[in-house]
Amino acid sequence: MPRVGVFICWCGSNIAGTVDIARVVEAVAEMPQVVHVEDNKYTCSEPGQASIRKAVSDHRLDRVVVAACSPRMHENTFRKTIAAAGLNPYLLEVANLREQCSWVHEDKEAATVKAIDLVRMAVAKVCRHVPLFTSQSPVTKRAVVIGGGIAGIQAALDIADAGHEVVLVERTPSLGGHMAQLDKTFPTLDCSACILTPKMVEVAQHPKITIYAYSEVEKVDGYVGNFTVTIRRKARSVDETRCTGCGVCMTRCPSNVPNEFDVGLGKRKAIYVPFPQAVPNKATIDREHCIYYQRGRCRICERVCEAKAIVFDQPDELIEVQAGAIVAATGYAQFDHSVYGEYGYGQYPDVITGLEFERLVCASGPTEGKIKRPSDGRIPETVVFIKCVGSRDENKGVSYCSRTCCMYTAKHAILTREKIPGSRVYIFYMDVRTAGKGYEEFYRRATEEYGARYVRGRVSRIYPKGGRLVVVGEDTILGRKAVVEADMVVLAAAMVPQPDAGAIARTLGVSYDQDGFLTEAHPKLRPVETNTAGVFLAGACQGPKDIPDTVAQASAAASKAAALLCREALETEAMIASVDESRCSGCLWCEAVCPYKAITAKTITERVRGKNVSRTVAEVNKSLCHGCGACTVACRDGAMNLLGFTNQQILAEVEAVCL
Amino acid sequence: MRTYAYYPGCSLEGTAKEYDRSLRAVAPLLGIHLAELHDWSCCGSSAAHATSHHLGLALAARNLNLAVPRSGQPADLLVPCAMCYNRLRVTARELAADPGLRADVETEIGAPFAGGPVKTRALPEVLWKDVGPEAISQAVVHPLDGLKIACYYGCLLVRPMEATGWDDAEDPKSLDDIVAATGAEPVVWSHKVECCGGGLSISRRELVGKLVADILTAAQDAGADAIVTACPMCHANLDTRQGLAAAAAGRPLAVPVLYITQLLGLACGLPERKLSLRSHLTSVGPLLAKIRDLKNQAQAAGEGGS
Amino acid sequence: MKVLDLAQDCVPGFAAEVSRLSGTNVESCYACGKCSAGCPLSSAMDYQPHQILRMVQLGLRDEVLSARAIWLCASCITCTVRCPREVKLAQVMDALRSLSRRTGAVPGDRKVVAFYRSFLDFVRGGGRLHELGMTLAYKLRSGDLLGDIDLGLKMMLRGKLKPLPARIKGRSDVAGIFRRVREAEGQQAEDRKPQVQELKGRQAKHREGAAE
Repeated sequence: MPRVGVFICWCGSNIAGTVDIARVVEAVAEMPQVVHVEDNKYTCSEPGQASIRKAVSDHRLDRVVVAACSPRMHENTFRKTIAAAGLNPYLLEVANLREQCSWVHEDKEAATVKAIDLVRMAVAKVCRHVPLFTSQSPVTKRAVVIGGGIAGIQAALDIADAGHEVVLVERTPSLGGHMAQLDKTFPTLDCSACILTPKMVEVAQHPKITIYAYSEVEKVDGYVGNFTVTIRRKARSVDETRCTGCGVCMTRCPSNVPNEFDVGLGKRKAIYVPFPQAVPNKATIDREHCIYYQRGRCRICERVCEAKAIVFDQPDELIEVQAGAIVAATGYAQFDHSVYGEYGYGQYPDVITGLEFERLVCASGPTEGKIKRPSDGRIPETVVFIKCVGSRDENKGVSYCSRTCCMYTAKHAILTREKIPGSRVYIFYMDVRTAGKGYEEFYRRATEEYGARYVRGRVSRIYPKGGRLVVVGEDTILGRKAVVEADMVVLAAAMVPQPDAGAIARTLGVSYDQDGFLTEAHPKLRPVETNTAGVFLAGACQGPKDIPDTVAQASAAASKAAALLCREALETEAMIASVDESRCSGCLWCEAVCPYKAITAKTITERVRGKNVSRTVAEVNKSLCHGCGACTVACRDGAMNLLGFTNQQILAEVEAVCL
Repeated sequence: MRTYAYYPGCSLEGTAKEYDRSLRAVAPLLGIHLAELHDWSCCGSSAAHATSHHLGLALAARNLNLAVPRSGQPADLLVPCAMCYNRLRVTARELAADPGLRADVETEIGAPFAGGPVKTRALPEVLWKDVGPEAISQAVVHPLDGLKIACYYGCLLVRPMEATGWDDAEDPKSLDDIVAATGAEPVVWSHKVECCGGGLSISRRELVGKLVADILTAAQDAGADAIVTACPMCHANLDTRQGLAAAAAGRPLAVPVLYITQLLGLACGLPERKLSLRSHLTSVGPLLAKIRDLKNQAQAAGEGGS
Repeated sequence: MKVLDLAQDCVPGFAAEVSRLSGTNVESCYACGKCSAGCPLSSAMDYQPHQILRMVQLGLRDEVLSARAIWLCASCITCTVRCPREVKLAQVMDALRSLSRRTGAVPGDRKVVAFYRSFLDFVRGGGRLHELGMTLAYKLRSGDLLGDIDLGLKMMLRGKLKPLPARIKGRSDVAGIFRRVREAEGQQAEDRKPQVQELKGRQAKHREGAAE
């Protein structure tokens, strides 16, 4: 016979103001298994908890019901209380007399009757509670960081500095990401490569970081603390251990290919190092454009390579890495503005994007830092910048604001006015969003010091005329159409997730939103975690952001990952699904519905009528199961139960209130 | 031969009669047979929809009903006037999407609306999709090689995309392809879909003059010998307001404006009088002379080579 | 320009009514100006298209219904096609013109209104437009008697203006359409009278409150 103690809370006047506590106490005292009932003004307080502990001891209670606020508030508190009194912490049930009773009803009589029913249900349920136990799973002390841009670099450094091993996987041949393509960064106008490359070198030299560049994560198995990450090391056709990065092969290669690093504005060779400061500084052969791979001839690079590093038949390599935590830092892409017919469907060579402009203005770029028109190489005299291209556009683009464009357009305006004396700069805008430190001041410099002319209004059309471009916009403040003939137009194209963001999310088992950004666990309180334990987010893959916010978020993700990796073992959830193997038919519908991939098939052998018989049953992985209960609904035999919410416990509640 | 129900629209009986005549003349050469709707009425044009939503829908709906035969499927309804085409399309869409609205309009037209299944087609659409540039080139007898044409689409053939949809709203290609099929060169120019001022021609002609000036200037600067259009309103504005346009532009502007059917007629060997070319206000004389010259040159080159 | 009193000058419910009539949500507009930038007639308008929409949002009913801009709109639909918020501004313009006519507002452009009236008169009479007749009626209505005389003569000489009006067999059908539409519109105005009264009452209360 269970000995139930019931502790009814006033919660100040939150409950007592509506529910007649005395009547509830009276009614509860009559309930069969209840051997002790008391009320308290603030049960969650130290005296309140002490009172519970004392009652457990004095009355030899073996089950406890706390009738108070929502279990979301204090279930853990009271579990710890009764554990301190020597009971298994799961021999507790909380009846919610506040959020589900006193706070939502005005009728005091009805609320009191309901409160009594709620406690009756809780008592009936707790009588069917059994002790539950968590278990421990080990933690592999290694993190895999996916993405070698500034987010991945920062996260990798922070986790490694905390003393854990890091494997950094980057899809392109070198670390650096988009930040490596930038010229100067706002609001300080310091050179992007100058602040990035020291970090890249630090990563390369860090004893705890292993870099796999030109590699992609193909598969992720396992669970928090015990991931198995399959990485495809794509074949560079170059032996990384031999290549010295001397660059002679590049000078002799005959193929000319549009350079992705220069966003197509410049050319590279088929064998290439993406940019001079590449880390790792190893050559890669682009097989799709290499004459040898396409047509079977050439092989000049092989001839001139003194280190004999060229390996034409090099295969991809698949490796498996064990990790306890994963950080997704896969970055962003630029919106494809060729959907805008009114801006030329991407056909006008002198209408370029912000990233293309960065490459023009960057000293390491295709024009050695001179701003030149792609069409004829002339220096432009009038440059028009258009913000919100693709952003805030439900019609042809994305609905959100890309956050960085206002600042980088002001930066571009400043750089243009600096590099081209006498140039005229116009910026068509809807708003100017300068939310960071020093940002507003930076924008004011663009207008007041550098003379960039901001015109408030969107541009309806751009069309070519006599080698220049006519930009037709509006000054909404004056209420007049505003046109200007420009030599070059720069579109601040929206920041969008990588085109394969959905595939990345599915590989990692995390969710992504309607725009393709990976979803954080809670938008305010848990911005770097996902709903998948052990997978963290850093940088623009989670949402558009600039470098300061990216670095901050990367460090935050690193701290979460490091905290996870510090632990010797992880405690699993106790209230998880449990299979009654004697009833399980092995249909495995539960496996199909489990969102956490926590159920697998298991073969068991039993003696049936004197013979050994093998059959399949479901098995729940205690570390992966989140206790959502979907499998219990899918189970046709009733073999699956959710510990802490078993079918029997719930039925007991129903009977208590209905019968 | 394919039969299309035919809705000419009011202007094709009057100020745009060249369009109707040239279409009827060139249609059989392209495999098109026109069966004019019996006793059709005005679609309402801009005047109706601009002042009364229901009047615009009802006047158009009456004509869609006329296109429904007593039995069998309705033939596609060919509508050469871009405004009529747009009104019939938009009306059909709105009535299909909103049953309550349809019920109201049925009360107003005094009959059930059966015109839902009627497929209203624009003329460039039919020439482009049904006849096709290949068949057009085969019907061409006097190739117009050497001629540069600016294809002017105007507004209502291509906007809004939900109602039209068979060609691009910012950079359409149908007329360009049809013109190319005659051997002429469709020039790349900036004012393909810029509005000519439409129905403001009479009440606000000075504004139309400015808009026409921009269009003609752009066509001239692109090197066009003529502009080709498929809309009676656009033709009227571009053809009859060149004086006002020249004044607004501050430079002479004399660009002949042809209907697409007239250009096709010329290329298919039809005589000028059948195409009503001489009833334009802006003289087509220089254009016809150039076409003759080009033809003579081509013939001379051919003879010289053989 | 008069000071805008956001409480008193703004007719509540006007924006919602225009949204309903035009089949689009006027509140979506964030005044980016792309419509005005692409509008071929905006330079001639008293208010830019995006300002017209702003006035609708604020409920400046009388001003917007007597604006010239709504009549200079040529229904080219460029605005609708390019609006990043997918506001069907061309349909809003239709709705405003219709409201302007039905509420008897002083039309912002007499000539354009005269043109539309003359056009529809002839359609109602004969079932099809009579271009010559319409033009003459327009000239009388608008007082623009001498304009385009030369053009008219040229057109007539080329046989482009039919002297006699069309009279289709179904012209009574067409006349019937006109009549029934006007009746329905009249009925709607009747239906709206209590709402209008309530609106006027609320405005009066505002003013009283402000006066105290």
